[in-house]
Amino acid sequence: MNSFIARRPIWSLIILVVAIALTWLVFAPWPPGFEAVFGRKKLFLNAALNGITLGGLYFLVASGFTLIFGLMRNVNLAHGSIYLLGGYFGYLAVDATGSWLFSFVVAFVVAALLGVILQVAVFRRMEGEELRQTLVTLGISIVLADLMLWAFGGNSWQIQTPTWLRGPVELPLVTAVKSSGEAVYLSYPIVRLVIFLASVVIGLAMWLVLNRTRVGMIIRAGVDDREMLAAMGAPVQLVFVIVFAFGAGLAGMAGVVGGTFQSLSPGEDTRFLLASLIVVIVGGMGSIPGAALGAIMIGLAEQVGLAYFPTYAIVLTFLIMVLVLAVRPQGLLARR
Amino acid sequence: MALAESRARGASSAASQLPWLQNLNPAAVLVAVVVLIMPAIASSFVLTQIFGWAYMLGTIALSLMFLAGYGGMVSLAQVTVAGFAGYVVAILGVNGVPGGRGWPWWLAVLAALILSTVVGAIVGALAVRTEGIYTIMITLAIAAAFYYFTNENYAIFNGHTGIDGIPTPVFLGVDWHAPIPFYYLTLFVAVLCWLAVSYVSRAPFGLALQGIRDNPRRMAALGFNVNAHRVAAYVFAALIAALGGILLVWSYGEIAPGAVSVSAAIDILVIAVVGGIGNPIGPFIGALIYAVLKTFALDVLVAFGLDGNRFRLLIGLGFLAIVFFSPDGVIGLWARWRNRLQAGSAPPQKAGDGHG
Repeated sequence: MNSFIARRPIWSLIILVVAIALTWLVFAPWPPGFEAVFGRKKLFLNAALNGITLGGLYFLVASGFTLIFGLMRNVNLAHGSIYLLGGYFGYLAVDATGSWLFSFVVAFVVAALLGVILQVAVFRRMEGEELRQTLVTLGISIVLADLMLWAFGGNSWQIQTPTWLRGPVELPLVTAVKSSGEAVYLSYPIVRLVIFLASVVIGLAMWLVLNRTRVGMIIRAGVDDREMLAAMGAPVQLVFVIVFAFGAGLAGMAGVVGGTFQSLSPGEDTRFLLASLIVVIVGGMGSIPGAALGAIMIGLAEQVGLAYFPTYAIVLTFLIMVLVLAVRPQGLLARR
Repeated sequence: MALAESRARGASSAASQLPWLQNLNPAAVLVAVVVLIMPAIASSFVLTQIFGWAYMLGTIALSLMFLAGYGGMVSLAQVTVAGFAGYVVAILGVNGVPGGRGWPWWLAVLAALILSTVVGAIVGALAVRTEGIYTIMITLAIAAAFYYFTNENYAIFNGHTGIDGIPTPVFLGVDWHAPIPFYYLTLFVAVLCWLAVSYVSRAPFGLALQGIRDNPRRMAALGFNVNAHRVAAYVFAALIAALGGILLVWSYGEIAPGAVSVSAAIDILVIAVVGGIGNPIGPFIGALIYAVLKTFALDVLVAFGLDGNRFRLLIGLGFLAIVFFSPDGVIGLWARWRNRLQAGSAPPQKAGDGHG
């Protein structure tokens, strides 16, 4: 921390100023003149919270994508399809058992199984042929998309939020002050906050596994130098299967989250594939902290853009990607 | 031309396509004759819905083949460039949306071509920031972003409904919207682009590009500006894609975000890969297969007792089969079959797939 300040004094100052400004924006009641220019504070807070919670969802999808890419150099273009498949199976599980939490298990297992099959039956046969692997994932995404359209139709499906997570919760964030001097607090859907917390927990758990366990050590070594890892006698193929299963399983679970947040319909697979791509390009390929940073940035950009300039919202996301590519093509938090 | 061909035969990197031209001249002549007299044989439906459409899709896929085959850069943004050109023609030219600018067709086309090459240069400049497999990710992100942008933006692109009422121009005293003239127009553009790509692939620029595909570091050491060559390749490909995109807009008379969707981008990649990205004729073969499948899939699927809506399943499975069994596409199958026929027990020829 101190060394960072010593090395980059100007950047540290900029980050400090931005942090203070953001803290003020979030916690202080906005003066009327400020609201006249930037719109109501409630709009801003809602956009920011929506962006951060959406970022949590994006992180769940993109972290699996980035792990698979980092370790196996496999651009899994079927990742969005796995997300959607997990969501549909989660819906079926909720429909059959009525248990929301159980649907996560179902989605994870189904998606992970699909991941294992893909890795063992398809990608192991064409190791090292990156382009061919990518084309295969593309073909699989076409096939899966059509099979899902066949099975589930073109309507959009929404997973019921469980009763204990329904309704809003009041947050200690002032949106406005009434003329009587009474503060109005922001109320926000509790389910989104819970899911965001869950994705933070999953992210931390992943970080711990990657940095504190033997499997994590092998995975990190594999991201850095796969050939050397194999030469050291590590069970590379087993690790590949584990990582593919876990990454796919995360995407499947994210499908349930997405189905609860928003809805499941054909086309969502492409949306989340795009989100994963941009998150991973911005954050750095193969980096979990990068995926977290990228996911929050893209989620915020999307929601803030949607709130303030709806028809150009996607341009903001795109501009972030372009800027990162121009300044730091390997991604913000990539090591190489 | 003949001199260039015989000279280029010495260059190993371009050699894969030349035996095809040299040895298969009878077949090539046959194809040329059939294609030219097609209007005399085929109905106007077959002319425009299958062959004309295949020429247009093939032209766009050809631009992808050029980038992937000679540059080693698989760009999914070629449909975006083509669609952008189509949108420029639609927006600037005569259209059925209130507030159209109504430029004459040639000015709109000129503007579309110029702006598309600019877009191609931008896409290229972004994509060459990273290498190899990253290209596919960045171009896919660009393609998806453009799709969502056109879908949400009403001020310029008229949002989800798109722009309709675009007439096919009348010039040289011919109404090019009629089936036979339009067939020849698409054929002319397709052949022009095919010749251009064939020529460029043997020109110094194309040879340098193939050298960069095989070993960028060595080419850089030899004094070639690697990134400039790559961006130039994107610009050239953008010009070809734009021609295809303009024809498509004229053919449909409208353009909507669906034309630049991710699945459209993937379809063009499927066409190029199924046809074969080792030879400029590949994309046209792929496009013909695609057009035939798309037109007759309903009947064929129903005949097999399946749901007629499963066209994309068919495309996906066919694509997977090609990627699994013949990485150089139908062209590769054809070449292997010919080799086996000629050489008996000679080992099958391994075509270059960019892993140099």
